[in-house]
Amino acid sequence: MGCKCENNCADQKVQELIEIIDKHKGKKGALIPVLHDAQNLYGYLPLQVQKIISERMNIPLAEIYGVVTFYTQFSLNQKGKYQIRVCLGTACYVKGSGKIYEELKKELKLSGDGTTEDGLFSLESCRCIGACGLAPVIMINDDVYGELVPADVPDIIKKYRDRK
Amino acid sequence: MMYKSHVLICGGPECTKSGIAEINKQFERLLREKSLENEVKILKTDCFGLCEKGPIVVVYPEGTIYSEVTPDDIKQIVEEHLVNGRIVKELTLGGKEAKEALKGLEEVPFFKHQLRIALRNCGVINPESIDEYIAKDGYRALGKALTEMTPSEVIETMKKSGLRGRGGAGFPTGLKWEFASKAQSEQKYVCCNADEGDPGAFMDRSILEGDPHSLIEAMAIAGYAIGADQGYIYVRAEYPIAVSRLNIAIEQARNYGLLGKNIFGTDFNFDLELRLGAGAFVCGEETALMTSIEGKRGEPRPRPPFPANKGLWQKPTILNNVETYANVPVIILKGPEWFSSIGTEKSKGTKVFAVGGKINNTGLVEIPMGTTLHEVIYDIGGGIPNGKKFKAAQTGGPSGGCIPAKHINTPIDYDNLLSLGSMMGSGGLIVMDEDTCMVDIAKFFLEFTVDESCGKCPPCRIGTKRMYEILERITEGKGEDGDIEKLETLAKNISVSSLCGLGQTAPNPVLSTLRYFRDEYEAHIRDRRCPAGVCKALLRYVIEEDKCKGCGLCARNCPVNAITGELKKPYKIDSDICIKCGACMEVCKFGAVSKKA
Ligand SMILES: Cc1cc2nc3c(=O)[nH]c(=O)nc-3n(C[C@H](O)[C@H](O)[C@H](O)COP(=O)(O)O)c2cc1C
Ligand code: SF4
Ligand code: SF4
Ligand code: SF4
Ligand code: FES
Ligand code: FES
Repeated sequence: MGCKCENNCADQKVQELIEIIDKHKGKKGALIPVLHDAQNLYGYLPLQVQKIISERMNIPLAEIYGVVTFYTQFSLNQKGKYQIRVCLGTACYVKGSGKIYEELKKELKLSGDGTTEDGLFSLESCRCIGACGLAPVIMINDDVYGELVPADVPDIIKKYRDRK
Repeated sequence: MMYKSHVLICGGPECTKSGIAEINKQFERLLREKSLENEVKILKTDCFGLCEKGPIVVVYPEGTIYSEVTPDDIKQIVEEHLVNGRIVKELTLGGKEAKEALKGLEEVPFFKHQLRIALRNCGVINPESIDEYIAKDGYRALGKALTEMTPSEVIETMKKSGLRGRGGAGFPTGLKWEFASKAQSEQKYVCCNADEGDPGAFMDRSILEGDPHSLIEAMAIAGYAIGADQGYIYVRAEYPIAVSRLNIAIEQARNYGLLGKNIFGTDFNFDLELRLGAGAFVCGEETALMTSIEGKRGEPRPRPPFPANKGLWQKPTILNNVETYANVPVIILKGPEWFSSIGTEKSKGTKVFAVGGKINNTGLVEIPMGTTLHEVIYDIGGGIPNGKKFKAAQTGGPSGGCIPAKHINTPIDYDNLLSLGSMMGSGGLIVMDEDTCMVDIAKFFLEFTVDESCGKCPPCRIGTKRMYEILERITEGKGEDGDIEKLETLAKNISVSSLCGLGQTAPNPVLSTLRYFRDEYEAHIRDRRCPAGVCKALLRYVIEEDKCKGCGLCARNCPVNAITGELKKPYKIDSDICIKCGACMEVCKFGAVSKKA
């Protein structure tokens, strides 16, 4: 969607989406598994994708939209290339993750959770990622950084900025 | 094939992050080099609960624990230990006091006070191998139940064992199964709550990742007991490794005929499906979880009807927690008398805690019910770092409360925790030291509930928000007389009029901190002072003249130029300009900057 090349990858993705829907369609309570797979495919769940799901599964769009907005894992907006998740779970909080979050906001010039203007980073606070022994912890895509102090933040971000 | 030694490499979450893959590669390469690949077997296991000291490698039969292993250490371990049979003492856990290394896992203080039932296989077997699970008596309990016991004998055994739910409220498991078995229906379901929502708890993750077959076996036993042929495991999507290992385990069990039709040649059929959560804490609540499996917004439903009669798709359903299930096969094999001989009068068996926060050894510990908090924190946990004082332990997550130092010798069980105003919950145990502000902690949990309230009922949706606002005001130094009373009234109303457990227990963190630390609230409100030095608005940064060497480093680091002075003379902070960022305190090499409450 919104692509400019001529390979019709948008169509190709729609084809894949339809396959996903058909794979799950038979089972009971299939909507959420379909949404998970669709989000894996697109990275987020734009309205157009929800419409296709609605038509093919015979579920009203309003209901799908209701489900998508209920669960925090489903996103209506495209996320940054690097998704930063800051753990604000109890173990991390007690060890100062609040300050790490502040520092990240400062570094990325964001006022809270969100995506940077250049689309490179999105910042998201989350609850316990099950690595409490390393508290405070952040994750950037699949990389984990533990035992952080605020002063570590600029270097970490720089590493990804340089990578582009 | 007989192996001379086994090398157990921790594949737990923390060790994986600190470079286990490279260590694994090194072992494989060096063993091949020494032609030992047929004598030494490398096994990837799950978390040993020693994450602080990771990456962890354990060599059997000696049971030597190597800690903080680096890829460069492997050569020495292979050449010395595996070839020459000499333990490399300086690389072992507590290597300096080399005596301990020789005694093996059971003798390390961290393990000595523990009793591993639910975690019995975690870190011992390769979770991706059904054969290793079977070698550890796996699926024998299912065989015994199906071929030697009637469903009601299974239920009777569970009831006699005294096992209570490990996921929250501690409801007797056998009784739950009995209700569902008595419900009349063609179709029934067995569900597992693997949503692990309490922030700061990760024991279910360890079982899912380290011993997925125990869960499958237990759910099949439950299915047999209540007459269900289909089960669902509801897992947090944040646990991708758990999801992949469960999928592998289910596939293996199907291939071995341990799931599917006519299990153990009987007419019992049972199969399992995974469902992924999508990041909503309330979905850990049993009715919300079922609504979510049905593919809808995961909002709780009123009870009654209870799930034992009308659960998933309106059919009789039981839901148990991961750790609850992990106990089931052992109870069937060793008998209910054995299980009920462990623990206290009303809380049998063990409980796994995820110990975190301000404590030296963080990680999972499994202790018999009745162990004191003191033993957990000092004997197992190694005490509080940096010589600080223990202030309180928080259990039960956002539904629980704090246990202050004066109750540190209370034996931990369901009823004692409740009477102290906390609860067992799922087993998060966060240790707090003197630098933790209890008002701030209460605010932290309330913020969590405000975020996670599903919004279905007003007392929870609006009431928790009001409580949060009051707490926010107090921590900002804008508290008023009467705020404490307002909090107490709100708390009472929210607990009695909310629909589900989330709202009903949301005020607990506030009530329990008020119970034990009321003076801290009062200090914030009356004296505009945060005794622990946490609440930013109530702090002042000052430079102590006699300690300041006048190096000027702080002034150069202050983002708002609040610090002035002449080199070699004491510097000064202008508190009207200071934004309390703390940079000066961090950079001063002489400890001259301090926070004044
Ligand atoms: C808001 C809320 C969240 C919950 N989250 C969980 C959870 O993450 N894991 C869990 O096992 N139980 C959770 N519970 C408890 C479940 O509702 C249920 O009591 C439990 O899974 C039953 O299993 P058990 O009897 O084996 O403990 C939660 C309850 C509430 C009210
Ligand atoms: S108590 Fe809170 S979480 Fe539970 S149903 Fe009501 S609004 Fe939703
Ligand atoms: S950094 Fe410390 S020693 Fe140096 S001027 Fe500041 S307070 Fe004084
Ligand atoms: S706390 Fe921050 S703003 Fe205040 S004096 Fe120190 S460096 Fe400057
Ligand atoms: S609280 Fe942050 S990883 Fe568990
Ligand atoms: S992850 Fe390796 S010991 Fe915990």
